Amino acid sequence: MSDVTKLSASEIAALIADGSVSAVEVADRYLDKIAAEDGDVHAFLHIDADGARAAAAAVDAARAAGEELGPLAGVPVAVKDVMATKGVPTTAASKILEGWLPPYDATVVERLKAAGTVILGKTNMDEFAMGSSTEYSAYGPTRNPWDLDRIPGGSSGGSAAAVAAGLAPLSIGTDTGGSIRQPGAVTGTVGSKPTYGGTSRYGLIAFSSSLDTPGPFARNVLDAALLHEVIAGHDRRDSTSIPQPVPPVVEAAREGARGDLSGMRIGVVREFGTTEGAEPGVIAAYQSGVDALVKLGAEVVEVSCPHFSYALPAYYLISPSECSSNLARFDGVRYGLRVGDDGQRSLEEVMALTREAGFGAEVKRRIILGTYALSSGYVDEYYGQAQKVRTLINRDFTAAFEQVDALVSPTTPFVAFPFGSRTGDPVQMYLADLYTIPSNLYGGPAISVPCGLSEGLPVGMQVMAPTMRDDVMYKVAAAFETTQAALVAPAR
Amino acid sequence: MSTSTLPSYDDVVSRYEPVIGLETHVELGTRTKMFCGCRTEFGADPNTQVCPVCLGLPGSLPVANAAAIEATIRIGLALNCDIAEWCRFARKNYFYPDMPKNFQTSQYDEPLCGEGYLDIEVPGADGPIPFRIPIERVHLEEDTGKSLHVGGSTGRIHGATESLVDYNRAGIPLVEIVTKPVAGTGALAPEVARAYVAELRDVIRSLGVSDVRMEQGSLRCDVNLSLNKPGAEWGTRSETKNVNSLRSVERAVRSEMLRQASILDDGGRIVQETRHFHEDSGDTTSGRSKETATDYRYFPEPDLTPIAPDPAWVAELKAAMPELPRVHRKRLQADWKLSDHDMASVINAGAIPLIERTIAAGASSESARKWWLGELSRRANETGTELAELPITPAQVAELQSLVDGGKVTDKIARTVIEGVLAGEGGPAEVVAARGLEVVSDTGALTAAIDDAIAANPAVAEKIRGGNHAAAGVLIGAVMKATRGQADAKAVRELVIARLS
Ligand SMILES: [Zn+2]
Repeated sequence: MSDVTKLSASEIAALIADGSVSAVEVADRYLDKIAAEDGDVHAFLHIDADGARAAAAAVDAARAAGEELGPLAGVPVAVKDVMATKGVPTTAASKILEGWLPPYDATVVERLKAAGTVILGKTNMDEFAMGSSTEYSAYGPTRNPWDLDRIPGGSSGGSAAAVAAGLAPLSIGTDTGGSIRQPGAVTGTVGSKPTYGGTSRYGLIAFSSSLDTPGPFARNVLDAALLHEVIAGHDRRDSTSIPQPVPPVVEAAREGARGDLSGMRIGVVREFGTTEGAEPGVIAAYQSGVDALVKLGAEVVEVSCPHFSYALPAYYLISPSECSSNLARFDGVRYGLRVGDDGQRSLEEVMALTREAGFGAEVKRRIILGTYALSSGYVDEYYGQAQKVRTLINRDFTAAFEQVDALVSPTTPFVAFPFGSRTGDPVQMYLADLYTIPSNLYGGPAISVPCGLSEGLPVGMQVMAPTMRDDVMYKVAAAFETTQAALVAPAR
Repeated sequence: MSTSTLPSYDDVVSRYEPVIGLETHVELGTRTKMFCGCRTEFGADPNTQVCPVCLGLPGSLPVANAAAIEATIRIGLALNCDIAEWCRFARKNYFYPDMPKNFQTSQYDEPLCGEGYLDIEVPGADGPIPFRIPIERVHLEEDTGKSLHVGGSTGRIHGATESLVDYNRAGIPLVEIVTKPVAGTGALAPEVARAYVAELRDVIRSLGVSDVRMEQGSLRCDVNLSLNKPGAEWGTRSETKNVNSLRSVERAVRSEMLRQASILDDGGRIVQETRHFHEDSGDTTSGRSKETATDYRYFPEPDLTPIAPDPAWVAELKAAMPELPRVHRKRLQADWKLSDHDMASVINAGAIPLIERTIAAGASSESARKWWLGELSRRANETGTELAELPITPAQVAELQSLVDGGKVTDKIARTVIEGVLAGEGGPAEVVAARGLEVVSDTGALTAAIDDAIAANPAVAEKIRGGNHAAAGVLIGAVMKATRGQADAKAVRELVIARLS
């Protein structure tokens, strides 16, 4: 038997389906590898070995009973700790939720279970998904399997590192400003942010409600599309979920894998060409990526999106504003941490002490920023202006997609950086999401696909498509993937 | 301020003009909550009607209740409001433990229903005096849970050893109806306030969207009041919270008028603040000061999509509106041929629907009104219950009247029958049968009783024979006694006289 931890999800599913390997064997192999190697990487916050084996056994039983298995049945998956999992610890990497056992499953988790995937455990992240390096986890950072002294990206760093290190063939992340794509880029994995509303937010512990989007990580584009198809689709419990059929993403990925993009027009964003602080090695890798698209038959044109330069500041008003309200519920009254309840202190004091002890510095920074941006007298100037910028960015995208089928850019301006190198200056950290934020403000799908190396570290190419045209995005990404040598993190 | 310095009410209204404003919260009677599928029954065990959404658990999301949106639009239509073609929910952010998310999903600058009005009347010496109360807005939001503070002396959170929260009420749809400031009511301000709340209650009840029971908190009222000298600018207002009966609305306005006048008379300044009304004393006391206004940091609720009611649908709702109480009352008054005064008695007794249903069950309007405002009102007063709470149905009242009309029971016996029905002995016919109350109209039995009476009172019989019919009373009394009051006295009299002629 080949080492299942080196195979793609679709290969594992095929082996399980034809009986070459049992789902339980696959789960055990991954659990063993996690036990052996996650001490270094720290991709996981919680391993659910019993749950995983039970789910795997159920798949084996279904197969034995002759039931038809779904395309990912028995395939292990790791889930970002921001998604509620019934009876399994869910902390959003915050001390304030330490010990919380959700009484319900997120819709994405429900769908993973219904599809017969095997949830291995919960992955590390920046606290409440606020960060680009996973250094803001209250439980210690995740390390990049490519270089353990460097960050794995964030906020879904644990999910990205798990896939890059072969600790899971698939994982679920969430993307608010780039939190799937940027870690995907710096770990050499495929990370996809579906159309906002294409995947349900029910059970996703909210950071910024109008931006948060769950999506897949995988080792290749087809696997990402397969996982996308499992978790996507309308959900009545999420009012912002789009009541339309899931775009044919798997079909599109298979079509793209034929390596032919003739007849497609792909835009490069002029305004991204002059980014200060973008690393030359990243730009060079990206340029050869664009050349590869031309070789695939695509017509590459430059388009102008003049308001993209305001995306970062607008994002840092909208997302903290929403987070300041979303995180108000963490007060020690109903669940999670409670500090200072000694019978003497007032309710307000207990709430304040709980929040003081329970939230990390970056979370507090954003709550304070958002509280200020929404406060009376400033709300129009900050939150209101940012919403106007959002409208302008929507117009830029709409105009661009009248000229082209998809847009491409580097995913992030720099490769994985060393721990501590950007924590001292929040703006330096925020720049990691410079290229990814516009798609969140707009709501359209975007994906990061491996695009060579710079200084021995992975670079990502971002493909952006119109809302609910996730299929176009997967087609371009899958075609581009055929031009790239697979990136495999060095074994340790 | 010492209460001994309070000026008289007449004195106050001769020197000050009140401006009132009312904010009314109505819990809708939808089967499920505003943003989740939890049930809404009143009085369930604490925290049994809750789920991740109304508990605000991390990751949960709201889904708006379409029935609540429809009910709010219908209330807006009944109040002559403009219905928004597009509006959004907004988050009102503040920390309080009975609010699971520490924000309330409400509406801010985009209410579902805009400006409108409600016409009301208060009784005057020369007939009803009409007032048009301008409505500022009607919006939809979610209710909070309820806190119970244990161990303190005041029942307030301060000093309590333990605070318990029941989230059953959290997330129940709540409609807020806000009036514009109402000036020009003068001495009638307390009655206008009361009449407005009463009319609003009746309107909402007629729509069938809430049981609007103030005592259960499904209709709650905040009363704003300021005073100004004639011709001067409006004064600073106080906001008296949770005034929970019609009578209290009237008393709260009156007591605030007196309190504020006393402060102004002393050259003092009214503080903009929240005040609490006390049912026992009829006074208000200071709550928290609003001078440093809470910043609620409103912003559009990103978890919910905008509400865009289709104008054609709104037009359909408007066309299907039931007759509103005021119009309905005018029609009934004409149908029942009542004076303004008699109609006012019917309204005050809350007897309109009872009388209507009694008539529908076959009684005449006169008899229906007679029973409900007479014997049944007396019984309700005795037991301190609302007329509608009496354990007798309009159909039973109609049945009773038909027994009287058919000569089965006398008017007097009918009161005994009511006693039996109220005591739970069954319907009128059952009570009559069980208690043996039917009129003795069996001539044989009556004749025997009359013969016995004549035999026992020969002197009286002789007087009657002699033409002194007034003496018949003694014999009638004896017959009534023998039949335990179940004979028709008039029939007995005729039989006695015929026998002795
Ligand atoms: Zn609920």
